[in-house]
Amino acid sequence: MGLIEAIILSVLAASTPLLLAATGELVTERSGVLNLGVEGMMIVGAACGFGGAWLSGSIIVGALCGMVAGILMSLIFALMALGLAVNQVATGLALTILGIGLSGLIGAGFVGERITPAPHLRIPGLSDIPLAGRILFGEDGFVYLSIALVVGVWWFLYRTRAGLILRACGDNHVSAHALGYPVLRIRLYAVMFGGACAGLAGAYLPLAYTPFFIPGMTAGRGWIALALTVFASWRPARLVVGAYLFGAVTILQLHAQGAGIGIPSQFMSSLPYLATIIVLVLLSRARTGGSTAPAALGTVFVPDR
Amino acid sequence: MQLVLEKRAERSATIALISPLIAIGLTIATLCIVFAVLGKNPIAALAVYFIAPLTDGYSLQEIAVKATPLIMIAIGLSLCYLANAWNIGAEGQFLIGAVAGSWLAVKTQGTDAGHWVLPAMLVLGAAAGALYALIPAICKVRFGASEILTSLMLVYVADLLLDYLVRGPWRDPQGFNFPTTAEFDPVATVPTLIEGGRLHLGSIIALFVVAAGAVLLGRTIKGFEIRVVGAAPRAARFGGFNANQLVLLTFAISGALAGLAGIIEVAGPVGHLQPGISPGYGFTAIIVAFLGRLNPIGILIAGLFLALTFIGGEQAQIAMKIPLDVTKVFQGILLFYVLACDSLILYRFRLISSSPKVQSGAH
Repeated sequence: MGLIEAIILSVLAASTPLLLAATGELVTERSGVLNLGVEGMMIVGAACGFGGAWLSGSIIVGALCGMVAGILMSLIFALMALGLAVNQVATGLALTILGIGLSGLIGAGFVGERITPAPHLRIPGLSDIPLAGRILFGEDGFVYLSIALVVGVWWFLYRTRAGLILRACGDNHVSAHALGYPVLRIRLYAVMFGGACAGLAGAYLPLAYTPFFIPGMTAGRGWIALALTVFASWRPARLVVGAYLFGAVTILQLHAQGAGIGIPSQFMSSLPYLATIIVLVLLSRARTGGSTAPAALGTVFVPDR
Repeated sequence: MQLVLEKRAERSATIALISPLIAIGLTIATLCIVFAVLGKNPIAALAVYFIAPLTDGYSLQEIAVKATPLIMIAIGLSLCYLANAWNIGAEGQFLIGAVAGSWLAVKTQGTDAGHWVLPAMLVLGAAAGALYALIPAICKVRFGASEILTSLMLVYVADLLLDYLVRGPWRDPQGFNFPTTAEFDPVATVPTLIEGGRLHLGSIIALFVVAAGAVLLGRTIKGFEIRVVGAAPRAARFGGFNANQLVLLTFAISGALAGLAGIIEVAGPVGHLQPGISPGYGFTAIIVAFLGRLNPIGILIAGLFLALTFIGGEQAQIAMKIPLDVTKVFQGILLFYVLACDSLILYRFRLISSSPKVQSGAH
């Protein structure tokens, strides 16, 4: 396997959790809800996903456990932010703090254990094509799932009536409510979808990226996923570009460290975080003609009767 | 039946006062369930968590030591949050303050420098924290970048910088390869208040910060501006208050306080720079700020309470083998309940029949 091929494969792997989590958050934010608890939902998803896979011996069960854990976490958020109209920023932070503690508690019993990671696809013939074969037909299932998910979300948001209503809730909840749409219920579903995606993204880490669980293994990926939705201007297609760009930055620093160039590893490791800041600044600067964010993003909605 | 929120005509002052107490009560009730699930006797565990640390002098000092950084950081954060500026990178500002102050301690190590070293370290720590906090603030004011994300990304950067320094240039040659600087000289160390104890001068500084915060918010025009900008942005614009300037100001103050807390922690209880100097003070301080109702006196009380949970958690780990992560879960749940109870100040909860269909179906 050539170096280029190896790099592309590892970029795909590093981008997948970002893409999964960011896709979920994109749907949530398009409905008008800012859930800053992605990191918390991801880390609990990682602990539960690994636990599920280790106990059952099945990657699929593990992935489902991660998704269920993400949904349960998102329901706590929904109860607070939608049911009780609590400030979404504060609630999201609380979700992350809770998630970090919970994942430590849940994962304590699994630290040091290993599982067989998710198998890679193998189609005789197709997977053997040089370069493109391994990349297009030789990845683990999560990679294809993440692509399918983002395409599905694009189709849903722009090609279905339900997607139109969801976007309407995010752009003007008062009007959507006046037209008779159940704004809070639609937002609840959007938040749950975001939770499922974040949980799955977290589970990807111990199920496919590394075959073990360590506390804090999400290492800020949830926050980077949040930044990606801004990067993508809340559009699914740009999300794919953004996620792969960030995956590439992550892998670049790993390879630079491996190549033994004279820069301390800590500086290389800080690259994804610095890149996030620079991207946020450049994008926000470029958008002088008004924000492209959903107009009702982050605002509380209490329907009057 | 359906639960709906009804806006109150006025904020309920009574509920504003008792809501943190309701939140603590609910958290303790939830904690009992967690203990029971873990197979521990809830009553015994609660006693270890909340009563035992209050019964001996050593633990009381430890509570004050732990509360010191929490209170200092939370006072700064409360200013930000009141002005609707979301600084959640206090952890990074804390670490940068610790690094900047430690630089002087490392440089003057063994040079018989005078007593100016510690004050200079504190100033350096505060200045570095303020500058570090100004990065997200400027990015927000100048370019409109979300301060939530940028301030948080800088936490990871600060963490890696600290890691690099103590593994590389600042590593103690006699440290058996541990990632740590040498122990600071006495002139670079925060003095303790009680002979042989751990209570240090930083706690006095924290009390001063509480007083300064109370004066700033309650007695000055700037404090008034901060409140108005956060509570009623439109009114603030009509009043000619500059919201951008207040973002910069509150971020700078909160960064300075976090940085000061960082260098005090390193030059005081820790005594040298190493990774892991903060068990998440910057994040726990967010809870302290909210639990204290973004009010300096409230934050003082809330900081002591959260410090109690840290000490209680450590004791519960030793005495009852309860995992340390329970403390973090506990803190997260507490923040949820605090926020949920806050909802009661603005809204009234009412149960109504959701639709006519349900009404006719009910017997």
